[in-house]
Amino acid sequence: MIKKTLVIAALSAATVSGAAHAAAARDYISIVGSSTVYPFATVVAEQFGRTTQFKTPKVESTGSGGGLKLFCAGVGVEHPDITNASRRIKKSEQELCAKNGVKDVIEVKVGYDGIVLGQSKATAPLSLTRKDIFLALAKKVPGSDGKLIDNPHQTWKDVNPALPATKIEVLGPPPTSGTRDAFVELAMEGGAKNFDDLKTLRGSKDEAEIKALMAKLGIPESAYNKKGKKVFQAVAHGIREDGAFIEAGENDNLIVQKLEANPAAVGIFGFSFLDQNADKIHGAIVDGKEPTFDNIAEGAYPVSRPLYFYAKKAHIGAVPGIKEYLAEFTADKAFGEEGYLTEKGLIPMPEAEREQFHYDATALTPMGAL
Amino acid sequence: MADSQTTRKRAIDVVNASLKKRYAREARFRRVGLGAVILGLVFVSVLFLDIVGKGYTAFVQTHVELEVYLDPAIIDPQGTRDMQAIARANFRKIVREPLKELFPEVSGRRDKRALNKILSSGAPYQLLDMVRADPALIGQRVSVDLLVDDDIDMLVKGHIDRNAPPADRRVNDKVIGWVDRLDEQGLIKSKFNTGFFTNGDSREPELAGIGGAVAGSFYTLLVTLLLSFPIGVAAAVYLEEFAPKNRWTDLIEVNINNLAAVPSIVFGLLGLAMFINLFGLPRSAPLVGGLVLTLMTLPTIIIASRAALKSVPPSIREAALGVGASRMQTVFHHVVPLAMPGMLTGTIIGMAQALGETAPLLMIGMVAFIVDIPGGPMDPATVLPVQVYLWADSPERAFVERTSAAIIVLLGFLIAMNTIAVIMRRRFERRW
Repeated sequence: MIKKTLVIAALSAATVSGAAHAAAARDYISIVGSSTVYPFATVVAEQFGRTTQFKTPKVESTGSGGGLKLFCAGVGVEHPDITNASRRIKKSEQELCAKNGVKDVIEVKVGYDGIVLGQSKATAPLSLTRKDIFLALAKKVPGSDGKLIDNPHQTWKDVNPALPATKIEVLGPPPTSGTRDAFVELAMEGGAKNFDDLKTLRGSKDEAEIKALMAKLGIPESAYNKKGKKVFQAVAHGIREDGAFIEAGENDNLIVQKLEANPAAVGIFGFSFLDQNADKIHGAIVDGKEPTFDNIAEGAYPVSRPLYFYAKKAHIGAVPGIKEYLAEFTADKAFGEEGYLTEKGLIPMPEAEREQFHYDATALTPMGAL
Repeated sequence: MADSQTTRKRAIDVVNASLKKRYAREARFRRVGLGAVILGLVFVSVLFLDIVGKGYTAFVQTHVELEVYLDPAIIDPQGTRDMQAIARANFRKIVREPLKELFPEVSGRRDKRALNKILSSGAPYQLLDMVRADPALIGQRVSVDLLVDDDIDMLVKGHIDRNAPPADRRVNDKVIGWVDRLDEQGLIKSKFNTGFFTNGDSREPELAGIGGAVAGSFYTLLVTLLLSFPIGVAAAVYLEEFAPKNRWTDLIEVNINNLAAVPSIVFGLLGLAMFINLFGLPRSAPLVGGLVLTLMTLPTIIIASRAALKSVPPSIREAALGVGASRMQTVFHHVVPLAMPGMLTGTIIGMAQALGETAPLLMIGMVAFIVDIPGGPMDPATVLPVQVYLWADSPERAFVERTSAAIIVLLGFLIAMNTIAVIMRRRFERRW
């Protein structure tokens, strides 16, 4: 029993001293954030650990929002140094950062990621417009009288007579996913804008006009917001829940496997998964553009989004290697045209933009207020 | 008299008439029960076959045997044998040289790149490690089995369809031709994948291993065991042997049972709020993981230990008290040693549960990409099931087999632990 007491005492002593030690210094970079940027950040971290005298950074996959929350919690070694995001930092997040004393934040755009509507190779690729995507997947779509009705479309042919008469069956990520956020923003909103009433609603800030449009569309008055854009987004972001859209979880590999088993289904995932599985699946054509590396890099493929990471300037010097990590990530051999990140499916930015971000990152220029 | 005889007769008739039905019912029940067991076994064997079928190939790794010249002009031009300088040398050039010699006809930037991509990006570090271990090798020509890239590994293992249209394959016809030529010369070798057990995580599948995750699991479980076993046993002994039976102890008992049923993610949230935010312990540390898993396994251990204590017959206690032992002596000299096998069995089962747990670790930052193998409970680490989760989510195809292989290892550990628990129970269990 005395032995056991001693063990417990020793352990708790180790805990306390360890905690004190951990609070005093951390000799590795701590990175949190988006699961989309994770595959790229980890490659850079590994290269960085190999080729420099610094320790390999620790990369956590917490999601963009979760990462920014941790990042903005404060300055000090117990908080992460860098957060990855598959979208730009929001104004509210910047304010949270400022409130907690995280003032100078260095913003680095990494490149682009395309969102692909993949299908099994056993079927011919669908050729969709964003309007088709909206009509196939939205919870409510404009009916014949212009009022919003529950989505009646069962097959792709119902959506657009040019499409085959196969059942609409789409496997996609859940609402917590950054891929889902980007998909609704780029594809669904892009499709909803094709309807005049919805488009005017989006741009309107006039109370009378918004209310009139809402009445015309049959949206209940309780949904009123003084920004028409918010009302529009509520419509455009609503994905149907009647079984045509299946939430397949965050694991994109699983979606790929399900597509192989079910050739009629369509799956939504990041370009890197298409790139790695091109012998089994291909991507649907969206607005006449195939989801290829070149089309996404040129910005021709409509459903693509920029990826970012944010670094805390106050930690440079306190945690070793941050400056060098920024330099490694923004070097041409990493995020350049032929860099090792493109082999992992990252789509690089144009050269001028890359140079700009490389310059800002190495000069440690903090971003301005949004 | 006659009346009662007819009733008796009737009773037998009724029994005889229903006998067939009753036998049939029993046979039906047996069949259903057997069916349930068979169904369970079928599911388990499908699961095992699937995992083993997908995963066994990960235990071998494709290498290419090349003769490299460890050129002193490149490795150590000053001849100082300074390891710092040697680590910065261009080993990439050295590993690429023999490929160039084997395929002299390859020209053009694109083709050269493709040729060099046959080798893993870890191959130069293999040479560096060799030179580190034996500096005398510098200046010699040595034959080395170098790691190949994961795409080539997949091609050799037959996971890439050679008949697919070239544009849809990760490996083009030219590269397949080169690999086949290497194979004809007997240079392509499949060796046991030791790196899988010794390496930390990596984004290159051919370099990725479970060494870091196993070390992380070890430290996490060590902390869990050191805390939960003494605390759990102490709590059980107190509750069973010393505590008065009143409403308070009833309440405690109900709550221990409740705790055993709380979803593990809740313990993760508690750990985040308490250990990290309040006590300021570092994120991703096995110490915090161990503390959280301690909270989770405590109820299991307490319940099992109490059951073990209860099964010690009262006659032992009475006899000890009868010869003049104090209550303390009775408990620690007689009751606890007799209950120990049961307590240990419960602890091992609790540990096995803790080994397979991911959800609470999600909240405390142990779901992370960590390359360096942790050297203690304060270093950032992941655990085995988290490694499985992270690999399952990676796009590279070679991670599919590695995910399954990691599951095989995890299942191996679990089966071993549970077997030990069963053996201990068989061996030491006493029946009174």
